[in-house]
Amino acid sequence: MNAIFGKLTLEAIPYDQVVTMAAVGLGGLAALAVAAAITWYGRWRWLWDEYLTSVDHKKIGIMYVVLGLVMLLRGFTDAIMMRIQQAISFGANPGYLPPHHYDQIFSAHGVIMIFFVAMPLVVGLMNIAVPLQIGARDVAFPFLNSLSFWLTFAGAILINASLVFGEFAKTGWAAYPPLSETSFSPDVGVDYYIWSLEISGIGTLLTGVNFLATILRMRAPGMKLMRMPIFTWTAFCTNVLIVAAFPILTVTLSLLALDRYVGTHFFTNDGGGEQMMYVNLFWAWGHPEVYILVLPAFGVFSEVVATFSGKPLFGYKSMVWATIAITFFSFVVWLHHFFTMGAGANVNAFFGIATMIIAIPTGVKMFNWLFTMFRGRVRFTVPMLWTLGFMITFTIGGMTGVLLAMPGADFVLHNSLFLIAHFHNTIIGGVVFGVFAGITYWFPKATGFRLYEPLGKAAFWCWIVGFYVAFMPLYVLGFMGMTRRLSHYDNPDWHPWLVVAAGGAGLIALGILFTILQIAYSIWKRDELRDLTGDPWNGRTLEWSTSSPPPAYNFAETPHVTELDAWARMKASGGGMFVPASPYGDIHMPSNTAAGLLIGILSIGLGFGLVWYIWWLAAVSALAMFAVLLHRLFEADIAFVIPAAEVKDLELRRLEAGAGQP
Amino acid sequence: MSVFRRLRPKPTVLRRLRAASFTVAVALLTAGCRFAVLDPKGPIAAREKELILISTGLMLIVVVPVIVMTIAFAFWYRASNTRAKSLPDWARSDAIEAVVWGVPLLIVIVLGSLAWTTTHALDPYRPLAGDDKTLVIDVVALDWKWLFVYPAQNVAAVNEVALPVGTPVRFEITSDSVMNSFFIPGLAGQIYAMAGMRTELGVIADEAGSFDGLSANYSGAGFSGMKFKALAMSRADFDAWIGKVQQAGRPLDAAAYAELAKPSSNNAVAYYAPGSPALLQSLVDKYRNAPPPAHPGG
Amino acid sequence: MTIDLPEAHSVHAPQLPPASEHDTELTEKTVFGFWLYLMSDCVLFASLFAVYAVLGRNYAGGPTGRDIFDLSYVLAETAILLLSSVAYGFVTLAAHDDRRRTALRWLALTFALGLAFVAMEAYEFHHLVGEGAGPSRSAFLSAYFALVGTHGLHVASGLVWMAVMAVQLARDGLSATVHRRMALLGLFWHFLDIIWIVVFTEVYLTGVL
Repeated sequence: MNAIFGKLTLEAIPYDQVVTMAAVGLGGLAALAVAAAITWYGRWRWLWDEYLTSVDHKKIGIMYVVLGLVMLLRGFTDAIMMRIQQAISFGANPGYLPPHHYDQIFSAHGVIMIFFVAMPLVVGLMNIAVPLQIGARDVAFPFLNSLSFWLTFAGAILINASLVFGEFAKTGWAAYPPLSETSFSPDVGVDYYIWSLEISGIGTLLTGVNFLATILRMRAPGMKLMRMPIFTWTAFCTNVLIVAAFPILTVTLSLLALDRYVGTHFFTNDGGGEQMMYVNLFWAWGHPEVYILVLPAFGVFSEVVATFSGKPLFGYKSMVWATIAITFFSFVVWLHHFFTMGAGANVNAFFGIATMIIAIPTGVKMFNWLFTMFRGRVRFTVPMLWTLGFMITFTIGGMTGVLLAMPGADFVLHNSLFLIAHFHNTIIGGVVFGVFAGITYWFPKATGFRLYEPLGKAAFWCWIVGFYVAFMPLYVLGFMGMTRRLSHYDNPDWHPWLVVAAGGAGLIALGILFTILQIAYSIWKRDELRDLTGDPWNGRTLEWSTSSPPPAYNFAETPHVTELDAWARMKASGGGMFVPASPYGDIHMPSNTAAGLLIGILSIGLGFGLVWYIWWLAAVSALAMFAVLLHRLFEADIAFVIPAAEVKDLELRRLEAGAGQP
Repeated sequence: MSVFRRLRPKPTVLRRLRAASFTVAVALLTAGCRFAVLDPKGPIAAREKELILISTGLMLIVVVPVIVMTIAFAFWYRASNTRAKSLPDWARSDAIEAVVWGVPLLIVIVLGSLAWTTTHALDPYRPLAGDDKTLVIDVVALDWKWLFVYPAQNVAAVNEVALPVGTPVRFEITSDSVMNSFFIPGLAGQIYAMAGMRTELGVIADEAGSFDGLSANYSGAGFSGMKFKALAMSRADFDAWIGKVQQAGRPLDAAAYAELAKPSSNNAVAYYAPGSPALLQSLVDKYRNAPPPAHPGG
Repeated sequence: MTIDLPEAHSVHAPQLPPASEHDTELTEKTVFGFWLYLMSDCVLFASLFAVYAVLGRNYAGGPTGRDIFDLSYVLAETAILLLSSVAYGFVTLAAHDDRRRTALRWLALTFALGLAFVAMEAYEFHHLVGEGAGPSRSAFLSAYFALVGTHGLHVASGLVWMAVMAVQLARDGLSATVHRRMALLGLFWHFLDIIWIVVFTEVYLTGVL
């Protein structure tokens, strides 16, 4: 091993793999084009001040969403490559991807979609909406929030580095040992997996702490827990789950890393290791993770269905208790991911029944959304379409989920394409649809202009039709006994279904294309789509009471809350909240800082050094991270004051434009 | 919807698409007769299928109304429908709440009790009643093939396992490599094969035939080819099969096993006799008790 | 981040420096956030305890707890760590009374005791590895080193934090920020004590008895 480059050699770069190199080339060109455009328009300073060093939750939220959407392109490229491979690799045809490559693709697809698409999108929406919904000026710890984002970003960069330098894990997204141990996976793939998830996982954990403190400590006066908007409630439960579950992932991956780097025997075949302990620990995090993703999506649907039915959410209290019940039960079901381990019938039955119990509060939620529409005035906007699509699709996913929770049935469906169809049914039908509904819903709030509707509708229809065409065949294939992760098969009966599924993936690709077009077109036509009122949908919660986008301080005067749906109530009573009742005061705001960005970049160095055994790089990066942190601790100037006069000026201009009034 | 109008395909394209979808539909329908999981040939698999059908039926009690109501409510209460009644402040009804908590609860109680009884009835460790003495077959998952050892008959086979129809069979399963999952979809459920551990699976074949067997848990590069045939046959044919394997003339000794244990993919069927009856136990012991190989870290 | 008083009000209010309300709120929020972090750290240790519970008897033919643990040595370690926690209690008292020099002196004692603990643990680890009872010998030893080592790393990072606080205390005196950070460090330090008590009971006592 080389002292300077560790295990890294020129051979680690896969020049011979045309597909990879083309992808890297395209990605590189796209990045260059963006950089060139920023330079051409002279926006580097702006980017640095307004986004990269910003500690403003709204800006950080936007960066999370952009990261999630960019990574969606990467994750989806993997998906479509798999679909094409399975559509052709039958009988004598080996397909175009050898196992060595195909196995990396399905592993990367899962990891990227969960950690670097779904998580950033969900956290991004929480960032944009939660402080505004509770009438706060920012999150509890704005610098930590910036650090969380940059750590997530670092994880994403590290995982993409595996495209160019070396390779990614060939273990599946859960990286079960002993396959992920050095004896069976000696290359750097699993190390990329470990360090990119460790780094981004710490970012997520910090987010959890930050948002819990924000929601519990920074609500506007009068906003009791039972007056919180339902999205904030789901965000609260999600962050409880993050704080309780992510340390388990940190420990699990650290132990795997110790096995690989130090030669310990936590999960090895020999030396007394217990591979099933990894599986238990992984899912003790992994099942709550499912709800970490889907609860905020439920929150989005609740907001959307109430807003666009012109009614309060039906059964608010029921909804809150259902959310709490799901939060609790998500911790006692992890074993249903491996009924086939051979635990006794009592154990399996217990976990199966616990899983089914989750279907009760989830069913209640579904009915509450239904009865919110009942006797309402439903407007078929894009967020509402995503919600309706979700309600139909997710119900099917829920049904197949309960079926899998039945241990007897799971013995024949486990690890089959039925399982794949089920969790895509819930994750696409739940999380992805929810995120798209949320992005469309809060886009005008975050940016000041709406997304162009017709293209959004086109995207929705491509996604939903594409989803059914792509995944219903997978349910069928599961019944035909086809397992997941096959790079080649001989059964001629499977082939036509896989061809159809590939076609469905093509439709989803169109859906993604329409989303990109929609965003680009909306930015281009932003003046026509401008939202001057701050309340483009006739919303019900506090975020709609301030301008779009809100000023840095969100609310010039902290709102006083007396009831649920505070903003709808203020509008009904004709008051509006921002006709200043008293003179404006100075507002303290946290200053921008590059510390989060720097630590993020350095953690890429740390991760890369650890992956390739480049110890000096890892050590230097770690020390530099510590130095940045130290500098931050000794920095006196971490807040600034917006003087009352300036606040007044901003507020008058906003009121003139018509925002914040009923 | 202007985007859609602009995207509408030309008639010729449409016709071609229709022809293509027809072809695919025919292919799907003719392929429809091979649902391994829904076409069971053993009592366990048959009960598993029954369980799937009953549970699905029970859940449809909720699922169908939800889907119908979603479409109906959204359609009827559309903003442009002036005939629909509107109650913009109505957000609570104890009666409805009772139903929406109660109905899912009832269904889960039924499903839960079904889960409890079937999980015990379908426990892979449960001995199966049959007219014959139970046949024990040891299974070892290797990179990337299945090794079957018949301890009583003292033979072994790679990627092929024979079992007599109507006889309860107990597979005793381990792995000498990574985790796999032993699965014959047409006969019974699956169970993990793990190094240092022994799992069991009870199977009875009701009909003669050749069934696909596979690993259901991804295990590395050769995973896709890690398949075998499970041959259910009459007792006489089974005895003949054992006889055939006994003629293999190649013992499963230490050297042969070491060769076999090396990673290889898409292995052809191979027979061994005599077949190393104590292999399974020695493999489990190897991982359970032995100290790890010396490591520089101490 | 404050809930701003309207100008008219602040004229009649007692003349507090404008930052103080800001600081109180920040302290309250930060302490709350730190408690949340400690809860997540609890989950982290709980996972490691669970791992130890599963692997604690997988000796793989290697030494058992009875073979390698020296209870009196560990008892001394425990006493030192507990004493350092007591010393930190005096830091808190001194800080509360705004006596900077006293606080610094007690902080130095806390640091010295913490350092002694880490040194003893490092020596113990070194000794075990030398005896061929390193973390790669058996799953039991892997779990032991991971659990005790993670606690040790926490103590070590507490020491680094303490050094930073000593500098800030000497430089800035007991400013609101320093006060707040000292309070958090106190929480952290006492938390590590509690974890150690569980380690001592679960690992050493049950291992030997």
